[in-house]
Amino acid sequence: MMFLRVAWLVMRKDLTVEVRSREVLYTTAFFAVSCVLVFAFALVREGRPLEDAAAGILWIAIAFAGTLALGRTFERERHAETLRALMLAPASRPAIYVGKLLGILALLAAVEVVLVPLVGLLFHAAFLSRPVLMIALLVTGTGGFAAVGTLFAAMLVRARSRDVLLPVLLYPITIPVIIAGVRGTAALLQPVPDAEVARMWIALLAFFDIVFVTLSLWTFEPLMTE
Amino acid sequence: MTFDFDQVAVRDVSRHYGRRRALSHITFTCRAGEILGLLGPNGAGKSTLLSILATLLTPSAGEIRYGDRTANEAGPLLRARLGLLAHDLHLYPELTARENLEFFARLHGVADARARAAEGLERAGLASRANDIVTGFSRGMRQRLALERALLHDPRLLLLDEPFTGLDDASAAALVTRLRELRAERRLVVAATHDLDVADGLLDRAAVLRDGRLIAIDEGHGPLRERYRAHIARGALPGAQSLEPRAESPEPR
Repeated sequence: MMFLRVAWLVMRKDLTVEVRSREVLYTTAFFAVSCVLVFAFALVREGRPLEDAAAGILWIAIAFAGTLALGRTFERERHAETLRALMLAPASRPAIYVGKLLGILALLAAVEVVLVPLVGLLFHAAFLSRPVLMIALLVTGTGGFAAVGTLFAAMLVRARSRDVLLPVLLYPITIPVIIAGVRGTAALLQPVPDAEVARMWIALLAFFDIVFVTLSLWTFEPLMTE
Repeated sequence: MTFDFDQVAVRDVSRHYGRRRALSHITFTCRAGEILGLLGPNGAGKSTLLSILATLLTPSAGEIRYGDRTANEAGPLLRARLGLLAHDLHLYPELTARENLEFFARLHGVADARARAAEGLERAGLASRANDIVTGFSRGMRQRLALERALLHDPRLLLLDEPFTGLDDASAAALVTRLRELRAERRLVVAATHDLDVADGLLDRAAVLRDGRLIAIDEGHGPLRERYRAHIARGALPGAQSLEPRAESPEPR
């Protein structure tokens, strides 16, 4: 009960801060939209996009925007060393990790609300032909990416070259998540959506999520102790 | 379940950052009802020592015992009894003064977080600015708010890093009064400061650090600034030794 209360407190604090500043949401959404527009100019010719490009563009935009959101969110905690104040609290440190993770997931969900229709529009992709499966893919894929990203971003918060190190550490580990997201999305974008294949990728993503969240909960406390 | 302690014993603590030595073989004891100063020039290791006392850093060697337990043995129970006012004030600039205090009070499991935050705002003289976001506050106002944040959960050990920074004379005097009240309540207070004029008469003892070494435990009389200069001058000589507090040292004032 205490665990959930602390996670809720941290998430609510992060969202309150974000609602006041809108810094991370605006920069992340702007970056993701710019990214999609550039790809649209490159990959859509005479109104016809490259086959399966939409799935790749969507997940690249999510990964890049997610990296930006992670960096900015923890930069905010570094600014007044508030992360140390969180670590000093008698609360469970894994609960603090879960709170930060939920805050980042909420931000990325808001970005995806803009991103999915935009990619759908520019790349003629029917993301909502199987809405439940698409939402499941987005939830599990974003969850896996953010689970590892939150751990690394917190760990690197005091590293001098954190902006460089975060993607260097994050992308190799989350490549399976991105690939699963892309393949699952591509299966749903076929002229006849392949629900079986999409379900298989969703199951794989759910497995990654369980592994990544478990490892992160296990390692957060020792990694945060200097 | 609660955890309490009457003294903090720092035993042969060293801390290294790679090859750089930040602290070397520090040994002293801080007792309940005492304000212990950490004095020394920039880079002496005061903030590192405070971070280790706050359990935010682990020592490379040696140990700190809070009563009869180490930080590892006491875990979150110990963190519930620690308050830290760091140089970076640990406040969210986008939140209001009230939201900051309520957030940290709830995080520390304080029973009536709202009432406690209101008390803190009153004591900090910020009740009229309670709903203003912290970004608009002066350094002194933030310092007062941060002190209340550190005290929200009634810590047994209060660690202060340059607590007088940015305070005007009236605020500094109010802080001195507050620290004396904490001493009277038999809390343990450790304060790192360069502000020797304000600290003079407030500190019961002072650990003087230089280049990561403890060069003296000062319990003397006379102007603190002169004693400090004498310790620093002596500490520069080769062979200067760490001093343990004298067994017959007087009770804290």
